[in-house]
Amino acid sequence: MDDLLERVRQGDRRAVARAITQIERSKDRAREIVIKLYPETGMAHIVGITGAPGTGKSTLVNEIARELRRRDLLVGIIAVDPSSPFTGGALLGDRIRMQDLAGDSGIFIRSMASRGSLGGLAGATSSAAKVLDAAGFDVILIETVGAGQAEVTIANTAHTTVVVDAPGMGDEIQSIKAGILEIADILVVNKADRQGAANTVKALRMMLHMGQQKRQSRSGVRPATNLATGTANNRSDDQADWAVRVFETVAPDARGVAEVVNAILAHRQYLKQSDQWLEREKDRSREEIQQILQAHLDLQLERNVSNTEREHLVTAVADREIDPYTAAARLFTQIFPDR
Amino acid sequence: MEERKIRVLLAKPGLDGHDRGAKVIARGLRDAGMEVIYTGLRQTPEMVVEAALQEDVDAIGLSILSGAHKALVPRIMELMRDQAMTDIPVFLGGIVPNDDVAEMKEAGVTAIFGPGTSMDKIVEAIRAATSHREASSSG
Ligand SMILES: Nc1nc2c(ncn2[C@@H]2O[C@H](COP(=O)(O)OP(=O)(O)OP(=O)(O)O)[C@@H](O)[C@H]2O)c(=O)[nH]1
Ligand SMILES: [Mg+2]
Repeated sequence: MDDLLERVRQGDRRAVARAITQIERSKDRAREIVIKLYPETGMAHIVGITGAPGTGKSTLVNEIARELRRRDLLVGIIAVDPSSPFTGGALLGDRIRMQDLAGDSGIFIRSMASRGSLGGLAGATSSAAKVLDAAGFDVILIETVGAGQAEVTIANTAHTTVVVDAPGMGDEIQSIKAGILEIADILVVNKADRQGAANTVKALRMMLHMGQQKRQSRSGVRPATNLATGTANNRSDDQADWAVRVFETVAPDARGVAEVVNAILAHRQYLKQSDQWLEREKDRSREEIQQILQAHLDLQLERNVSNTEREHLVTAVADREIDPYTAAARLFTQIFPDR
Repeated sequence: MEERKIRVLLAKPGLDGHDRGAKVIARGLRDAGMEVIYTGLRQTPEMVVEAALQEDVDAIGLSILSGAHKALVPRIMELMRDQAMTDIPVFLGGIVPNDDVAEMKEAGVTAIFGPGTSMDKIVEAIRAATSHREASSSG
């Protein structure tokens, strides 16, 4: 079995594919794979590409990957699409836009379905990224549909986050709501050939400007954690020296893509030259430890305390027989019975 | 606790122009709880096999309307043999003349679905052909 991981380290594509499948299939195996590959990871530049449905993310990923290949970098791609909440099935169509990349052994593309759980998805994607990292890919592009918290969480685990917008999506307001804009290191207005592109650019620049003022007025008071994700929220500090810029692209013609790639690589250099690379690695690690701990806790709770017992306590709290602190304390002793 | 989802690559090799049928199948398989990797039109045999390898799929579905199955299918099978991927069942959808059926089966196609085959039948066939993989493919 660990012959498989040895082959991953050598960059064997079949082994990479199989290891990712195992990660998706079994939590125990995922743990084993991450433990064993971890010393060989940490080299890759992880880039999140996110944005509303249909903004042209996959087409852009296709062109970004081609441009990175021109610069002799090995590119791994993870394209995430949502699972159907009703059937658990998924239609993964991102490869349709990435056909130009076929036949290049410096590229590896993997489609992943979100399979429901928020933490689970972020965990599986980041473990899959570790496999690609250990296999020697220099840049790992992770495409997610930026519609909710799950995607924001994934973006949080990237070194560099590219947020893709397009004219006429009417989603400028929504993307702020989802906190999408706040996580952007690079903003792209794709479909610049479409009417309204200039307005979209203008609107984003205005919001950026407002956001920066807010950041400045907040500086000095370092927000401890992001409540939504539980991650340390020091991005506003990170970006003190990094100017988030808005780029225009026409992805199918590769127009503007070289500039976006320049910005992606410049951001990596910025992170490396400041201490921000380590800071982001710490963000990523913090998030991961938190998720693993949470999953472990959930599992222990499930194993050691029956549903009826839990409901019993819930009812007791609702009936004011006991208080919630006492209930939690009781659960805690049951979760770890051997202490 | 452990998730076991059937992953299917759906490809449309050859030069014919529309993929309405393939999309209907893709949605049907998704609704049956499968993860469908749809790769779109005009796939070369090399592209199909490479995608199947990267996606580590449990089954491959080929939709070929152009009548080019006699050239495309054996080539795909040959590439799969080169990659030691022959344990992955291959299904063929489209118009395959009766005279060619035996030849396709001999080439290694697990089943052929002509126009009008019910979704249930397709889902059943894929489930049956991939059930052996469930146990063995974890290593
Ligand atoms: N006019 C124009 N169309 C584009 C551009 N970029 C992408 N498209 C088209 O927009 C559609 C969606 O492109 P995708 O790349 O699939 O978009 P996506 O954001 O990956 O979509 P999802 O993954 O479904 O969220 C396709 O028909 C593309 O051809 C562009 O710059 N200009
Ligand atoms: Mg896409």
